[in-house]
Amino acid sequence: MAAFLELRNVSKGYGSGENRVEVLKNINLSIEEGEFIAIVGFTGSGKTTLISLIAGLIEPDEGEILLKGQKINGPGPDRGVIFQNYSLLPWLSVFGNIELAVKQVFPNMSPVDRADHIAKYIEMVNLTPAIQKKPSELSGGMRQRVSVARALAMDPEVLLMDEPLSALDALTRGTLQMEIEKIWYESRKTVVLITNDVDEGILLADRVIPLTPGPGATLGTEYKIGFSRPRDKAAINADPNFKKERNDIINYLDEIGQHRSVNNGEEYVLPDLQPKYLSTKLPLI
Amino acid sequence: MDSKIKQALKWIGLGFLEPLINLIRGKEVQKNTRLVLRQIVVPILSVFIFLGACDYGAQYLYNIERERKIEKTRATLGDAEALKMQQSIDAGDLSNKPNSLPSPSDVKNGAIALWEDHQMVSAKKKAFEEKTAALNKQRKAAGQDPITYTGRPSFVDQIITSLKTVFAGFLLAALLAIPAGIVLGLSPTLRSALNWVIQIFKPVSPVVWLLLVSMVVKTVLANSTSDKSFIISFISVGLCSMWATLVNTAMGVSSVDKDYLNVSKVLRLGVFSNVFKVILPASIPMIFTGLRITLSVSWMVLIAIELLAQSPGLGSFVWEEFQNGANDSNAKIIVAMFVIGFIGFGLDRLMMVIQKFASFDSK
Repeated sequence: MAAFLELRNVSKGYGSGENRVEVLKNINLSIEEGEFIAIVGFTGSGKTTLISLIAGLIEPDEGEILLKGQKINGPGPDRGVIFQNYSLLPWLSVFGNIELAVKQVFPNMSPVDRADHIAKYIEMVNLTPAIQKKPSELSGGMRQRVSVARALAMDPEVLLMDEPLSALDALTRGTLQMEIEKIWYESRKTVVLITNDVDEGILLADRVIPLTPGPGATLGTEYKIGFSRPRDKAAINADPNFKKERNDIINYLDEIGQHRSVNNGEEYVLPDLQPKYLSTKLPLI
Repeated sequence: MDSKIKQALKWIGLGFLEPLINLIRGKEVQKNTRLVLRQIVVPILSVFIFLGACDYGAQYLYNIERERKIEKTRATLGDAEALKMQQSIDAGDLSNKPNSLPSPSDVKNGAIALWEDHQMVSAKKKAFEEKTAALNKQRKAAGQDPITYTGRPSFVDQIITSLKTVFAGFLLAALLAIPAGIVLGLSPTLRSALNWVIQIFKPVSPVVWLLLVSMVVKTVLANSTSDKSFIISFISVGLCSMWATLVNTAMGVSSVDKDYLNVSKVLRLGVFSNVFKVILPASIPMIFTGLRITLSVSWMVLIAIELLAQSPGLGSFVWEEFQNGANDSNAKIIVAMFVIGFIGFGLDRLMMVIQKFASFDSK
């Protein structure tokens, strides 16, 4: 029995010949239905490449990605993506942005049902007062909420989040983390969250999987997070297990990070130069 | 109230008047005085300096022409005639006026003359219409064409004709260039296939387009009674000016933000929705930049085309005045020059306002 979402030996690189850079190498991952997975990693380790692969925006060079046993073939509305930079269409209102997605996924819905459906998801992310506003009139946090509502309104099988909160300030991030937790608890979607924030991963996910630093990044040892749901940020912060998990993961990441810097370390020798007196006139050759 | 006025001024591109309003209301006097000085007083001063320079230049050229005319008379007819000529010129006799660059006051008189002429012509036209009203009714009842006024058009009539031609040409350019630009923007293959057309035809002079168009129109409309010179000139205007819109549209469509395209990909939008819901709205700002350039180019080439096509309008007005050689012809040409400039400026501002309404990134 195959897992709900499965990545088998997925590799991806860019460029060719001497300039080829292997970004991801031999990624193996299986995710059960309704599971919340967080993938944490360093900047530039290929996190966005990984999510783009699952979303189908790019194709793997090797290996395959299966959703419910079916090989994925290009992007599709069964995998809702929440992009790091919100990716809202600036000429459409909050309602319009979500409507575009809903119309595409549920073409047979009657206009009244559609409006109700959209309103429900806008309500879920607490944006009802801003329903007719344009993205340019919203703050970063509100924009990301629209993006979350859009992805949820498509009722996807899997929700892919590419560092959804990294562009926000710490306070807004905390609020939105709790909202994501609440929404997940209500909807029980399968979620893959990409993040560079270990705390965020522990707070939200069932499993935290570190991505080793690139080039040729792959998934490291996974950490199961056993806090009961629904989770509460304050309670978890106070939990001694949280500190332990957090330290474990950070130590692990540091270790593989150092591994990288040692392996990667070309020695740079400074040239032996003496400063010249600036006032001395140089002979014209 | 104030903020509404300011908003409106900004929309039509007159935002530099804002400090004046602030100053009238007595807000931040020192800062606003400085701003008013720089943004309003200095430009006005520069207008006066410009007029002064023109006046001096015109005077200088006038004196050279005057000397030459007197010397010429002296050489052919002798001293006595030369003296007479000098007296006649200095007395302001129009028949002996040296033909040179008109001074600002000449230009002003030219403008007044043109306006009076317009009033005279329109009075005549009105009188004619009143006279023929009853007759036209009869003719209409009998199924005949009404009698229309065929007298000389006034300067204002010429401006209106020119505007009509330019709008027809602009519409043609937009109708051709926007769809073509979208198709080219969407297909890299077509873009590289047709790039040479754009690169080669873009720099072709309006005059050549006019000749080409008249070659075709002459044959196609050989038996038609429609206004051929108007058709030729507006098609030439359209063909000359469409390139900016074509290139900008293709560019805008082919360089839509990757984020928007990702949205479209994830939603699996069909070709139609992809173009009309994502690509087109995203490239509206670029398309309008192209349309603005197109409108100003079409106004610019219009004059040259009218001049050659013998179709009525400002271009032929300038040419007729030049051929006419009356004592105030030069002044009227300069008046036309300023009218052309101001209308071009107005058209550009008009497009800017429309662009602001149509684009998503204007706020």
